Amino acid sequence: MYSITINGKQHNVDVEADMPLLWVIRDIIGLTGTKYSCGISVCGACTVHMDGKAIRSCVTPIAIAANKSITTIEGLSTDNSHPVQRAWIEEQVPQCGYCQSGQIMQAVALLKERPNPTDQDIDEVMSGILCRCGTYQRIRKAIKRAAQIEEQTPPSS
Amino acid sequence: MNNPVNLSRRQFVAGTVSTGGGLLLGIAIGGCDQSSSGKALLRKIAAENPASADIGFLPSVFLRITPDDKVTIMLPSSEMGQGVATALPMLIAEELAAQWNKIEIQFAPAHKAFANPNHSRQLTGGSQSIRGFWQPLREAGAAAREMLIQAAALTWQVDRQECSARQSTVWHKATDRHLRFGELVDKAASLDVPDKVVLKSPQQFTLIGQPQPRLDIPHKVTGEAVFGIDVQIPDMLIACVARSPVLGAKLKSFDAGAAKTIAGVREVIAIDSGVAVVASHFWAAKKGCEALQIQWQASEHASLSSQSINSDFKAQVDNAKTVRTIGDVEKALASGSKRINAIYEAPYLAHACMEPMNCTAHVQDDRCDVWVPTQAQGASQAVAAKITGLATDQVFVHTTYLGGGFGRRGETDFVADAVQIAKTVNQPVKVLWTREQDTQHDFYRPASYNQLQAAVNDDGWPVAWSHAMVSQSILKRLVPLPAILLRGVDPTSIEGTAHLPYTLPNFQLRYAMAPSPVPVGFWRSVGHSQNGFIVESFLDEIAVLGGKDPLELRLYLLKDQPRYLQVLQLAADKARWHEPPPEGRHRGIAIVHSFDSYVAQVAEISLTGKPGAQSVRVHKMVCAVDCGIIVNPDIVTAQVESAVIYGLTAALYGTISFADGRVQQSNFHDYPLLRQHESPVIEVHLMNNTEAPGGVGEIGVPPVAPAVANAVFAATGKPVRRLPIQL
Repeated sequence: MYSITINGKQHNVDVEADMPLLWVIRDIIGLTGTKYSCGISVCGACTVHMDGKAIRSCVTPIAIAANKSITTIEGLSTDNSHPVQRAWIEEQVPQCGYCQSGQIMQAVALLKERPNPTDQDIDEVMSGILCRCGTYQRIRKAIKRAAQIEEQTPPSS
Repeated sequence: MNNPVNLSRRQFVAGTVSTGGGLLLGIAIGGCDQSSSGKALLRKIAAENPASADIGFLPSVFLRITPDDKVTIMLPSSEMGQGVATALPMLIAEELAAQWNKIEIQFAPAHKAFANPNHSRQLTGGSQSIRGFWQPLREAGAAAREMLIQAAALTWQVDRQECSARQSTVWHKATDRHLRFGELVDKAASLDVPDKVVLKSPQQFTLIGQPQPRLDIPHKVTGEAVFGIDVQIPDMLIACVARSPVLGAKLKSFDAGAAKTIAGVREVIAIDSGVAVVASHFWAAKKGCEALQIQWQASEHASLSSQSINSDFKAQVDNAKTVRTIGDVEKALASGSKRINAIYEAPYLAHACMEPMNCTAHVQDDRCDVWVPTQAQGASQAVAAKITGLATDQVFVHTTYLGGGFGRRGETDFVADAVQIAKTVNQPVKVLWTREQDTQHDFYRPASYNQLQAAVNDDGWPVAWSHAMVSQSILKRLVPLPAILLRGVDPTSIEGTAHLPYTLPNFQLRYAMAPSPVPVGFWRSVGHSQNGFIVESFLDEIAVLGGKDPLELRLYLLKDQPRYLQVLQLAADKARWHEPPPEGRHRGIAIVHSFDSYVAQVAEISLTGKPGAQSVRVHKMVCAVDCGIIVNPDIVTAQVESAVIYGLTAALYGTISFADGRVQQSNFHDYPLLRQHESPVIEVHLMNNTEAPGGVGEIGVPPVAPAVANAVFAATGKPVRRLPIQL
């Protein structure tokens, strides 16, 4: 039995130690916004935050994630009010949308560390998340827009 | 602004109470009967779902209006990123005069009333959605508007001509009275659907042509959008299927002992595609698959390799049959001033949808429900009916969002998996493929082998073009029409090569259908995806042979083709073709007409790395597009941006190869896709005209590889004749 906090809610899950966090989130907890695509941490579709850092949930066993605080796409906001979600809508980023949970979670982590990312920062951090629809140019614009939105938003209002 | 798109988790969870009761209606044949049986199906489905029991005013299978003014549009096409879930509703809303924020969308059930008129199938493919539904959806909107106006006129006892509709309201200007659509639905529902309607002229459009925000995006940034993989049905199990690594090997025997000891594994069963491990969650199912001891029968394709395929293809060149001839190509080749011979090759490619193949099925005595990210509702319904023995109208197809399609999801192999397993286990079952299975069990873009010859005259202009193509047929398996089999020519193989836009006095195309056990299928832009590369790259070789600038040669050969000329000129101007490129940069140009649209692209590249180990860096892609009248310019732009990245992945990386009868690639580490840091600046310039709508989703792919290849040719002086591009 492992205890895990997902989006502020504590869950106790009775699963094998090697079960990746991705499948705990999707098949045990039932939150399906986090996606499976490669299973070997090369595409980033499964990106979530563990204690605030972006990680690939498909290769993170529950034994590692236990007692940690996890944030998934569902934990950003329920009304699209998060600056990154707003920027994604304003730049009309998603096409099929399948990779976008991972893109957004990675972008949120990037902006937390580097509030005004350069193109090089974006290349470095976002190149881990694949998009088969090729929305990269819009993702780049949206990250810069989100940085502006965050700058204009009064802190901890 | 956030439209309440009714494709969220609620619908799929709430809509899963699929109890008893066969379909109470017969599907009649023919236009009006088809529509009325389609409406009856919608009423039945609505009645099963407490959230939508009040179907309201249903003037057509494509839309219904409820007393709350909400317009629910039934989408006949699948949304796989290409934007139809926004563009198709725009067609209806334009003529209906509906407020855009009153529009909701639902995916249509499987029914022939939703077939695309251009190919008579409920199938999203061939960039046919806007082209096929341009007329019927606008007519549906206009008919509904007429009925609502008539209902208002009857209410007010005034002449219909004195009334008009805008913003989901009917107005009587003379008396300044108005009624909302929702207030008119009861009366409108009692009226006959008009036989004829008058459609707006393009000058009257207020919605069509606007960059309307996509209806699906708000749900795609919260994680709420439901893809096939996200379907959750009460009591659902999850399955993973172990498949033969060797092409065509059948199951001999298996030992499930170890698999059954894994916590969560429920059942292990043999199905047509392999051995299915059914479990309470995917991780157990996947581990169970890995623990299976399986004996496969020997396959006749066990020695298949890329080398053997290549030899087989080469051997077929001399068997190529003439498809089209102009003039006397042999004579012209012999008498030309200069001549060039080249072999062009394109590899097999996987679709690599980000969402691996999956399907959920629930088989009961009197009905089968299938939840699936599919491009082919009709074929999915048919395959489920065949496996279950149920009638077609007892199979209910619930389409989800598609995490990419690109042609792969027009197949039904994953539907067959789910239905076969669900039939055996008597519980709802979701089958999910691993990435490795998805990569190794695809229907690949066909490889092709091409022998080209050309000659130029003393002035350097081409006088002869000869092309012998060897490729595999897609249609032989999918649509084995006698015409294709008897003639031995698959039109999808040769598209873009038989009727070149270029004026050539002597021309010949020959084609041989290569026999090969590799499963092949439709891949974004189909034959054009490799043929654009072959034709446009060889044309640059001819330009160099004749001492012409590649743009100059194209403009000369296209002088009677105004739509080609316009996009070519636009791309060249925007890319500053007439100015030298920045230091260290090189440009290439290409133009391809496909799916009734015209796309020209200029690639700007540099070569990086030391000589001998150089690679191509694409900095910029300038695209000019004429796709006829534009429904939503931002979606067109997004699709061309998408196609550039898709095309670059193919041009720079894409290869599916074979050894010992097996696909050698398995995941994104050895079948890489372009990443953010490799992504160029993409400029998209749209022509603005009122020509008939052309396709959009695929048209940007074909010119990418040749534009980049031609830039590499310009940089190195060495033509690129084989994909992916290797220096």
